[in-house]
Amino acid sequence: MSQPEKHDNAHLTTPTRLTGSEIIWATLVGEGVTTVFGYPGGAILPAYDALRKFPIRHVLVRHEQGASHMADGYARASGKVGVAIATSGPGATNLVTGIATAMLDSIPMVCITGQVSSKVLGTDAFQEVDITGITLPVTKHNFLVTRAEDVAPAIRSAIQIALSGRPGPVLVDITKDAQQNSAIFDFEAAKPKAYNPHPMLSVRSGHLHNAAELIRNAKRPVILGGHGIMQSGAGEQVRTLAERMQIPVGMTLLGLGAFPASHPLNLGMMGMHGESWLNEAIQQADLLIACGMRFDDRVIGTPSTYAPHAKKIHIEIDPAEINKNIKADVALIGDLREVLEQLLPLLPGRDGSAWLNTIAASKGAVAVRDIRNLPDNGHLYAAHVMHDLWRITEGKAIVATDVGQHQMWEAQYYHHDYPRALITSGGLGTMGFALPAGIGAKFACPDKEVWVIAGDGGFQMTAAELATIAQEKLNVNIAIINNGYLGMVRQWQEFFYERNYESTPLVSPDFVKLADAHGIPGLAVSTRGELEAAVQTARNHSGAFLLNFLVEKEDSVYPMIPAGKALHEMIRRPGSNPLIERPEDK
Amino acid sequence: MLHTFVAYVEDKPGVLTRVASLFRRLNINIISLTVGHSERSGISRMTIVAEASDQAGHRIAASLYKLEDVVEVDDIGRTPSVTRELALIKVAATASSRSHIFELAEVFRARIVDLAPESLMIEITGVESKIEGLIQVLNEAENRVIEVCRSGKMTMRRGHHTKGVLRAMGATDPESPQPPGPPLENTPDNFADNI
Repeated sequence: MSQPEKHDNAHLTTPTRLTGSEIIWATLVGEGVTTVFGYPGGAILPAYDALRKFPIRHVLVRHEQGASHMADGYARASGKVGVAIATSGPGATNLVTGIATAMLDSIPMVCITGQVSSKVLGTDAFQEVDITGITLPVTKHNFLVTRAEDVAPAIRSAIQIALSGRPGPVLVDITKDAQQNSAIFDFEAAKPKAYNPHPMLSVRSGHLHNAAELIRNAKRPVILGGHGIMQSGAGEQVRTLAERMQIPVGMTLLGLGAFPASHPLNLGMMGMHGESWLNEAIQQADLLIACGMRFDDRVIGTPSTYAPHAKKIHIEIDPAEINKNIKADVALIGDLREVLEQLLPLLPGRDGSAWLNTIAASKGAVAVRDIRNLPDNGHLYAAHVMHDLWRITEGKAIVATDVGQHQMWEAQYYHHDYPRALITSGGLGTMGFALPAGIGAKFACPDKEVWVIAGDGGFQMTAAELATIAQEKLNVNIAIINNGYLGMVRQWQEFFYERNYESTPLVSPDFVKLADAHGIPGLAVSTRGELEAAVQTARNHSGAFLLNFLVEKEDSVYPMIPAGKALHEMIRRPGSNPLIERPEDK
Repeated sequence: MLHTFVAYVEDKPGVLTRVASLFRRLNINIISLTVGHSERSGISRMTIVAEASDQAGHRIAASLYKLEDVVEVDDIGRTPSVTRELALIKVAATASSRSHIFELAEVFRARIVDLAPESLMIEITGVESKIEGLIQVLNEAENRVIEVCRSGKMTMRRGHHTKGVLRAMGATDPESPQPPGPPLENTPDNFADNI
């Protein structure tokens, strides 16, 4: 059987006549894309037919939502743009949840969808849907391409938009006739014009000096670190700021790993399920330095009671976020790394020990790592799973979580020292994210250990992607935190709806058997004592492995800030005794 | 508060939808929106009047700039500018009632642009209050207003006038330092409803 002729890269340097389908792949290759996640169909079939001529690995998913989350996980783990491909109609609409997930977390992603022929657009043709209309609010921008000559400029532009400024998803909808017609493909000429930064960026020298003065004079400052640190590559600058000025650092969920958890100045995660000592510190602070975070409602509690004594310096690349939730006293609107490079020379060292000692003391008194409060009855608690996983992997794994209680426990107990290692849906909170996102992360970092952690509810939403793992022979370990409930919803029902567990008890399949049906081995774990051995078995197995952790059914995430309450008005685990010392916390 | 924005946007299909959709998802009501060609080739000019809180102007402008097709945004605010809209009004009028309407049109400097046995059509340009005034008077005087078609507002900044002229207009000099605005209110605590 003769090999299909692969294109050498000559078409990248010499304008060549290609079909629209070939231009799609040729452009992606030219932009450095090596892996795409997708699912074929009628309207995208011409493109798929051309794929074999190009050096791109296509990962066949089982649901287009999986493709979108895989592209997302790939982008989060690598920093590169993630690419998903789907057909028209239902293929395209199945991407929407993943696109919205990427939009709310500012993830660079390009989704390419097939579309019916331009001659029948608007006629309710078979599998026709107005996907550009549907995705208007959840993309940075989208394109409808009806001519082959527009394919390359649209894709190149889409990639640039996805990666520039505040990153985000872009959709390119390509009609079938655009794929089938041909045009001269000139990669260089298809380059978009230079990216125009947002006109309202502003880092004025006066503001920099105001900020520096506030920082120098602050008695109780806290740095709030978010996703922007990783997007900007500003980890070193934030670290210098913290160390030179002796200022403690709190993280948002998406910021975890941007500043090492093991660093003495790191106070952990803040917000609704954050560390109590950090939330207390923020409420007492006289200065907050917000680095690449947007004061999301999960992080601030209630705006009117948030950090009442603190001035706020907001370093943020998106002008629309300034003064959106919290009024900034000084706004430095630009790229975080560039802003800090200009700010640091204005900051001599500082002795912050008084405030640091106050916080350290409060850690002991009011704030106890909740794991110490768990009853010691041999039952398996999710916190144990997270803690042991962290310990056994030495905190070096890439962890993709789903959404819910387990997500919060992971954030509390798996201490991330490295950026781009926690893959989690923060802004949209999309259940079903973990399994495909973990797959995407594994493709991005094939040599890293990857763990997918999901609840029994979320796992079932995208469980079909187990077949993708099997087909691609991926080595991804899966931990299901199985409590028989939609845990986080049950917790809210327990606290605020008088334990009316409406529609939250969940009957799940035997996950080990389910994995086995895909040819993936697995184990069920129901006691604390079995935990470590099971994890090691999974790690030592040379392929994918699933662990079904049967955890305490009605456990709740503490601390918790109820809706409408201030950051320091946390609900603590009842009966907690802060003075009991246990070795397991170390 | 009514905010008036002038936005220069790419003259491409779908741009109007993108802008309107942005206001919708910011939960801001558009009172008036006009769009047409501008002095720049390939660029259209939109005038958008929106009802939003006093501090929302910055966020609206920042969000508009995030749209790829938006080239420039100008928040007119209270700076000296000229605002006009156009209305066509069809009124029932027979031979006996016509002359009364001619007089009203004279007063409002409007023009009669269509005259039929049973109706006539008035064309009027001006500020909103002038147009509202004519419609109100037509309604009061037992004239049957059959149709009203209004264009929405267009706005353009005045040229740079001398301080004397500006003072006479009663307008603030855009160059002079503005007194500090009211302190930014904290966002209302709607998060209690967001669970």
